[in-house]
Amino acid sequence: MTDTQPANYEAAFAALQEIISKLENSELSLEESLSLYEEGKKLSDQCAKLLEKAQLRVTTLGEGSQVISED
Amino acid sequence: MDSFDFFRPPILTVTALSSYLRELLETDDVLRDVWVKGEISNFTQPRSGHLYFTLKDADAQIRAVMWKNSAMRLTFSPRDGQSVEVHGSMSFYPAAGQAQLYIDSMQPIGEGVLFQEFLRLKNKLETEGLFDQDRKRTLPRLPQHIGIITSASGAALQDILNTLNRRLPLARVTLAPSLVQGIEAPASLLKSLDSLNQIEDLDLILLARGGGSIEDLWAFNDENLARAIYNSHIPVISGVGHEIDFTIADFVADLRAPTPTAAAELATPITINDLYIALQTAQNILDDTINQAIATRSYQLELRNLDLRRLSPIQRVNNAIQTLDVLRDRLERTIQSHVQQLRVHLQHLDSRLETLSPIAVLKRGFAIVNDVQSGKLVSQAGQTSENQAVQVRFAEGKVPAVLNPSNQEKL
Repeated sequence: MTDTQPANYEAAFAALQEIISKLENSELSLEESLSLYEEGKKLSDQCAKLLEKAQLRVTTLGEGSQVISED
Repeated sequence: MDSFDFFRPPILTVTALSSYLRELLETDDVLRDVWVKGEISNFTQPRSGHLYFTLKDADAQIRAVMWKNSAMRLTFSPRDGQSVEVHGSMSFYPAAGQAQLYIDSMQPIGEGVLFQEFLRLKNKLETEGLFDQDRKRTLPRLPQHIGIITSASGAALQDILNTLNRRLPLARVTLAPSLVQGIEAPASLLKSLDSLNQIEDLDLILLARGGGSIEDLWAFNDENLARAIYNSHIPVISGVGHEIDFTIADFVADLRAPTPTAAAELATPITINDLYIALQTAQNILDDTINQAIATRSYQLELRNLDLRRLSPIQRVNNAIQTLDVLRDRLERTIQSHVQQLRVHLQHLDSRLETLSPIAVLKRGFAIVNDVQSGKLVSQAGQTSENQAVQVRFAEGKVPAVLNPSNQEKL
């Protein structure tokens, strides 16, 4: 198991799905299951946080980036 | 005063004047069959289907009407600001008191040449296979990085950004600002498309422009732009003009959206709400799975506990104790019964002994005499001597006695 946190939502969600299929399909010891579960819970929290604070980031070629706020 | 009446022209009613004007206009050779060019303004199309608008240029304007049966043959949708060439006839509309142009045919100015060019290019590219459905690139379902080619100052950009921010704020956007109309627009669009194609992780390109006249949109009919879209290694969604406008760029794009806003919507088939739902589902599965794993193990543990209880040595010890109790009980009862038997037997012997006992004889009145010194039974008178000390035993009690031999009798 790795402890590195994926940087973006898609990677975090993909990692979460992978953990779920491991949990569902493998013969695991309780110890392994729990550790996978903890890791999955962490990823799931991370995903929720990323969704909550998501704001469109716009980069203009030749200028720079800015964040779009709701108007 | 009256003398002038003779010279006075006849007084007309307004209706009569209007009729006269109308006749004048409708019989004029020029006005009966006239071509006019101008710009449309105050355009309205009520439910009747007739079109009403004003044709104007810098210095003048005239009301125009196009009846429904003529309007139905139009090959474009007229709108305010559009320059048109019309054919029709002049007349006077008495109810409004105005001269009107009754139009029977109308086309946008320049459409003739431009439209021919459009059709020629469309056919050519279509024949080359640039529009083939089976070479359209698959659009990403969840684009992470979206490129936009449009004017940095147009409403189209704001519409797109608002839509993207509402539907998928997770996305990153790179804007390639571009001219979208005028003679330099095609080159500017090409450069933007090329720049975005240099970005490694870009998933999708939106090529967009707000509504305008056919001339305004003309840059999107550029052949080089069409080929660049075809050769783009990143999928392209076009959203140019209004729903009714079709450009070459639309045909060659991987997906044509009717408007810039629609392009942003089609670019994001999965929205942040869908992601929330998917995440919630994943969380539920995660919880269910671990709960299931724990429940299964609890159950197995419980089963093993039952086994353990069943197989415990305590049980065997208890069983042995029980067996021992049973045996002890049997032993007890056997001994009791044996003792009882012996007791009965003894009683029997006892009663037999009773019948044989000398006491019984004594009870019948006999007595036993014993010599005190020797303790021997005295059974013959001849054995006695004078003053012999004896003991006489009766059924009840005994008495010491001294024998008197003078009284001896021979038995």
